[in-house]
Amino acid sequence: MLRILHDTKIDFIRLWKITTIVTLLFMVPGIIAIAISGYHYSVEFTGGTLMQVSFPKAPDVGDVRSTLDAAGIKGAEIQTFGTDTVLVIRAQDPRSVAQQTRGAESVAGDITGALTKKYGPPPAFRVDRTEAVGPKVGGELRQKAFYAVLLSFVITLIYLAWRFEWRFGLAAVIATAHDILGTLAFIKYLHLEISLIVVGGVLTMIGYSLNDTIIIFDRVREDLRKRRKESLYDTLNRGVNETLPRSVLTHTTVFACLTALALLGGEVIRPFALVMMFGVVTGTFSSIYVAPVILLWIERKWPRAVGERGGVGPRSMRDTPSSTQQQQRRKAAGES
Amino acid sequence: MATIRNRVILILVLIGVSVWALFPRNVSIRQLNQSGVWYDTTERHVPLKKGLDLQGGMYLALEVDESKGAVANKPEAIDRALKVVRNRIDQLGVAETDVRKVGTDRITVELPGVTDQQRAEQLVEKSAFLEFQITDKTNALDKVMPRIDQIVRSKGYDKATPGASPASPGADTTKSAISSLFTPSDSAKAKADTGKAKGAAATKGAAKNDTSTAKSDTSDTGILSGANNGPFSRLIQPGQIPGEYFVSTSDVPTVSRYLAYPDVAAALPPGKMLLWGTTSDVSADNKVTPLYVVDSKPIITGEYLTDAKPATDPVEGNIVQFTLNSEGGRRFRQETGKHVNDYMAIVLDGKVMGRPPVIESAIGTRGQITMRGQPLQAVQDLALVLRAGALPVPLKVVDSRTIGATLGKDSIHDGIKAGILGVALVVLIMLGYYRFSGFLAVIALGLYVLFTLALLAGLDATLTLPGIAGMVLSVGIAVDANVLIFERIREEMARGKTVRASIDEGFRHAMSAIVDSNVSTALTAAVLYWIGTGPVKGFAVTLICGIAASMVSAIFVVRTFYLLWLNRTRGARQLSI
Repeated sequence: MLRILHDTKIDFIRLWKITTIVTLLFMVPGIIAIAISGYHYSVEFTGGTLMQVSFPKAPDVGDVRSTLDAAGIKGAEIQTFGTDTVLVIRAQDPRSVAQQTRGAESVAGDITGALTKKYGPPPAFRVDRTEAVGPKVGGELRQKAFYAVLLSFVITLIYLAWRFEWRFGLAAVIATAHDILGTLAFIKYLHLEISLIVVGGVLTMIGYSLNDTIIIFDRVREDLRKRRKESLYDTLNRGVNETLPRSVLTHTTVFACLTALALLGGEVIRPFALVMMFGVVTGTFSSIYVAPVILLWIERKWPRAVGERGGVGPRSMRDTPSSTQQQQRRKAAGES
Repeated sequence: MATIRNRVILILVLIGVSVWALFPRNVSIRQLNQSGVWYDTTERHVPLKKGLDLQGGMYLALEVDESKGAVANKPEAIDRALKVVRNRIDQLGVAETDVRKVGTDRITVELPGVTDQQRAEQLVEKSAFLEFQITDKTNALDKVMPRIDQIVRSKGYDKATPGASPASPGADTTKSAISSLFTPSDSAKAKADTGKAKGAAATKGAAKNDTSTAKSDTSDTGILSGANNGPFSRLIQPGQIPGEYFVSTSDVPTVSRYLAYPDVAAALPPGKMLLWGTTSDVSADNKVTPLYVVDSKPIITGEYLTDAKPATDPVEGNIVQFTLNSEGGRRFRQETGKHVNDYMAIVLDGKVMGRPPVIESAIGTRGQITMRGQPLQAVQDLALVLRAGALPVPLKVVDSRTIGATLGKDSIHDGIKAGILGVALVVLIMLGYYRFSGFLAVIALGLYVLFTLALLAGLDATLTLPGIAGMVLSVGIAVDANVLIFERIREEMARGKTVRASIDEGFRHAMSAIVDSNVSTALTAAVLYWIGTGPVKGFAVTLICGIAASMVSAIFVVRTFYLLWLNRTRGARQLSI
């Protein structure tokens, strides 16, 4: 029988200070960057026109840009997409969007016209994809995406409160909030464009990360019933350790699938796969370091009848500690 | 052992139903061919609907355009517009189209396989409001010309020429500005018209061409000789038939601007209206646009039209022949009878089509619209929109997405490649780590894919590119249930329980965690379904189907496998897990 990380007794929670610093080091610069320069939103959200055009031979991006400028499509963003024979042209500055309101197809038509003038009619180039979104539709979608993240939050909170006890639910939701913030920072670091598919990635990530926390909490709940003498600190550590093989294996398989998608799934899917890959990492991290630590904190603040069960504080899992040791540890944890 | 037999039977039934649900079947597709005849083709394919992003096609969202004035009773108007749009789309002869109302004020159109964006947008946006108006024969415009000149001069309208320098006609913007002045329809439509004119190398009527050549020659000299030197009148030259005038196309923006001033509009002859005709080339750098003065009250409108079809006339070129119903025919006969020897302008969406013909005698139920110089497709499309009826309100496209068929095919290939790699990795991990039990899980995974696809087919859901990603992802997530169970079984065995007891306990204890985690994923997927448009909705549906299927395959199927195995080995001491 092949076993990895079997029967481990790692005191994960002890490292919470270090992990908090790591988390903050990751998130804070990202959030500052978002506050300063914001995100790059896709055409779906801002309104505007996106065209994906493929050429038989790699065109000179500068040439294409000057061609479009000459045709009056100023400020369009031109990038290669996957390979250098495929270009994506985004006209989403306010002026292009305003032009959009006059007729959704106008900018796309102008771009096609300008390219035809320069490179000749298709097959000299081929329009693979066009998205022309009016500002009203974009605004609606922005609002909807915001509500969606909020709603999934509330729904999971209600579900957790119903399935578990409110302390567990709150801890899980805070862990999820941590994951969302981390993912937002990640998206900023990678300069990913916020598109509907990326929002889809974030929402899926919420479900997945919550799932992970639930598995650990489920185990903790079960252990709490069984081992009434153990402290919550130890029970949480035990829960994490007991579910460790499962975590490693599941995350590996999911990660493998996402890697396959990121490598072979094509340009449209790649941002989604990247967001989810990060989601797997941060979900694992938060279900080990955020959710249990927060739960401990909540238990200290609003204790339930834990006295009879061995308290909240840590107790070594290997040796049976004396009550003084336990007192000392609890004190240490309290000071920090 | 009855329970095992029942389990096996249930699994076999599920497999059978799934295979049946996915079995390629004949689908008959009704399409319109080139000559306008409906025909059915039968295709044999797996009953899984592919989204627009996989097969190529177009998505359009339309809303009432209120930029030219508010529309009363919008919900009712949008319902009527929906019928007209659906009618037009049906007539287009594209298989598996989808036209529906979204919310209270939006119509969405899905056109699989159609990638000619301009044409499709025109088809759904064109108001197609047909009117027949008699041209003015009282020289009403000539009479008010001095008054208009005076107004223009005294108010200094001729000095302010923002952006409309007659020397450089900014082809697109100016032309669309004109038509939007005169059409009840919206600017988007005007834009579409311009596009059409561009694409079709400008509209021209041969007859008009001849006369206008002659006309514009004289008009040039007219301008030079200063016969009419008012700021307004010098831009407008009389034409050859009553109520016809010509304006050099480069002057069209200026003239339109003058006419748009309220005091100028008030000075126009009462009971008459001015309509632009279609631009024609006199020579490469001399284009003229006719301007017609017509009776405001149409003698008849397109509401009586019962049929319209494209035709080619040896003399007239491409034409649209239309038929009126009996009431329309009666009225038309009566009205044209009163106007023998007058000229009748055929006005479509506020624009005079072709040169107004003279009414030689009363006309009955049949007529034609001359579309000379227009490509056959434009003529076919006009016939189509006339047949389908006029839009009750102007519509504009607020969202439009087009995906080429090639890109769709590439996406499918990419999705399949990623899927194969993903599944292969998962299979390797499961076999390598859990051996025999992993093998059971892999078989269950195969059934999981089958069940998910069958569920998608059964729900008539659409498979999209993100949907494929969702499938690949849920393969990874689906094994989670098995991992949870197997780890539990290992723990129970480590505690010294028998194989049979460990398996029982493993399933029992893992259950709550599996249910919880699947429900939480399903809830977020449901939220995603709510916000998503087409492709992302497809992802959410696939994920939910995947969760449902994985519950069956990972728990029920694997459990049955174990029971079968335990029976065969008669109380095995060892389990390869």
